[in-house]
Amino acid sequence: MSRKLVIDPVTRIEGHGKVIIQLDDNNKVTDAKLLVVEFRGFEKFIQGHPYWEAPMLLQRICGICFVSHHLCGAKVLDDMVGVGYSTHNLITPTAEKMRRLGHYAQQLQSHATAYFYCIVPEMMMGMDAAPEMRNVLGLATANPALVKRVVMLRKWGQELIQAVLGKRMHGISSIPGGVNNNLTAEVRDRFINGDATIPSMAQMLEYAMEGLDLFYDFHEKNRAMVDSFGDAPALDMCLVDDNGDVDYYHGKMRIIDNDKNIVRELDYHDYLSHFSEATEEWSYMKFPFLKELGREKGSVRVGPLARVNVTKSYSTPLAQAALEKFHAYNKGKSSNKALHTNWARAIEIIHSAELISALLSDPDLQKDQLVVTATEAMWTGEGVGVVEAPRGTLLHHYRANKEGNITFANLVVATTQNNQVINRTVRSVAQDYLGGKAEITEGMMNAIEVGIRAFDPCLSCATHALGDMPLEVTLLDAKGNQLDERRK
Amino acid sequence: MSNHTVKIPSSEGNVIFSHELAKTPVDAAFLASQEGKIKVSMIALVGCWGCTLSFLDMDERIFSLLEKVTILRSSLTDVKRITERCVVGFVEGGVASEENIETLEHYRENCDILISVGACAVWGGVPSMRNLVSLTECLEEAYIHSPTVVAGVIPIIPNHPDLTKITTKVYPCHEVVKMDYFIPGCPPNGDAIYKVLDDLVNGRPVDLPTSMNRYD
Repeated sequence: MSRKLVIDPVTRIEGHGKVIIQLDDNNKVTDAKLLVVEFRGFEKFIQGHPYWEAPMLLQRICGICFVSHHLCGAKVLDDMVGVGYSTHNLITPTAEKMRRLGHYAQQLQSHATAYFYCIVPEMMMGMDAAPEMRNVLGLATANPALVKRVVMLRKWGQELIQAVLGKRMHGISSIPGGVNNNLTAEVRDRFINGDATIPSMAQMLEYAMEGLDLFYDFHEKNRAMVDSFGDAPALDMCLVDDNGDVDYYHGKMRIIDNDKNIVRELDYHDYLSHFSEATEEWSYMKFPFLKELGREKGSVRVGPLARVNVTKSYSTPLAQAALEKFHAYNKGKSSNKALHTNWARAIEIIHSAELISALLSDPDLQKDQLVVTATEAMWTGEGVGVVEAPRGTLLHHYRANKEGNITFANLVVATTQNNQVINRTVRSVAQDYLGGKAEITEGMMNAIEVGIRAFDPCLSCATHALGDMPLEVTLLDAKGNQLDERRK
Repeated sequence: MSNHTVKIPSSEGNVIFSHELAKTPVDAAFLASQEGKIKVSMIALVGCWGCTLSFLDMDERIFSLLEKVTILRSSLTDVKRITERCVVGFVEGGVASEENIETLEHYRENCDILISVGACAVWGGVPSMRNLVSLTECLEEAYIHSPTVVAGVIPIIPNHPDLTKITTKVYPCHEVVKMDYFIPGCPPNGDAIYKVLDDLVNGRPVDLPTSMNRYD
């Protein structure tokens, strides 16, 4: 008998998604896909709001990469007022470095949350361990000392975000043309030396290195599985500087193939000339691709694995050594292996900690030139911002009228860029783990989720768009009054 | 309580849900370590997951809490349905789909105490800004007039039996089921979440001082 297998909801990820797998009479996988089943509606309802509200409202798309949305929006606002990368004027070094510091702190915190809280438990207990145990609670029981360090690592990152952005979440620091504060020497020293409430910078680097060791240990014990699980080819994309190295805050969009040939390199202000987005009736998440190559060949992967594939080197020594090992292991080619994403994420945790460490010693952070005040004549009314969010390349694009009210907003988020490659991964794992099997176990189904979790997908981010109301349903309150109807 | 006419999907016929398959037995030592603890389930409806992360912002205080509490369903575990009665249900996000309604009702039926955590659960929050916009306009903006629509292809709007039905408006949780406590903020601080949970697990009346409330 043909069977339809359902994972609902996918867990240990952010947002609402489910997986549907179809097996035919011979247990062959005929279809396997990730459906994104929620939506919100930021692009429409932001219209009419003052342009400067955008970074404050749009960061509410995501509670884990809010700094990325905030900074992406800030870069759009810089363009709009005439001091962004689309103009010849730029924000001050202090403003850019404060933004970078917040961004690196978020990368550390976000990756640490995804890696240690959601992924490591599976690495240590096995993907077919009991669901009650293969999570951070189980890890806290099995290895409490590790979880204590992880909690302090995340706390340190969150405290630094608060010091830079004013709040632990949904911060308020970036304004058109700059930032609203700098970092005092006293606050800086707290993060370098630690105090009674947080560890020191040196301890952070140590904890970060431990994360990579956990991966190496896991890889050593499970080499064949790690190197074959969820093989899903795609182009790789990230922002790069003039040396071709990843830059998380600004750069050109570089897209490479599996042999690391550059397929495209573009100024992100031209993204509309290069990208289209397909829609499928079964998911609210779109499928972006390079127009000229078409969806099959022109879909890109973004995020830690893409960045580690694209970047030639790092400016920081510990991450550079880890990167060399990664590049050598993959023989100079791009890795398409889903679980290598966790390797890449562990490397980026180290790189983020090192970038923070280097930046904390930069005296520009204590300077007072925070904002470039634009004149009315400099107003352009349109901007595009791109940053490398923890999950990959994030784009915001807004237009406003002369009164400064938003008339248009378009957002292309990292998880949406990854939609095609995540679905390829789901299909690959489904074929390997479920294809031909008469008996399906819960652990086998979890293998599908392991493939999805490697991307650390943020389905909340991906569902900022509004969508359809496919059927009619009526919701009544306790007194029988109609609260709602759902329409076809 | 809402009274709607939607059928809850089940494993009828040849549809198999992963959470209904036989599970690997839980390790006896782990089970013993959780024995007698207060059961909590958490859920994120339509929000940004930020309040769930604010739960983690309790930082090291989470260890003392976990001495008294165990977590069943949560987006941080793989327990996909509440499996036994819980004392506390921690709800982030507002209600924007049929699935959200069913989940919230299931929480109400299976939890002694339900808490609305954060602006979206408490009053709809930022997602409820879409309540001011007509559906037709929203649909056209997202899928028809998007600047990245594929040239030469007639744009479509997602519409499939496997997709949950989306409500025309976004609702705070208490308009769908009775909620017992409210922790405001976008998000609430870890301090506020800790205070409420610490009061509950120690059998004290919940007393969230206004100094801990935040509205941003």
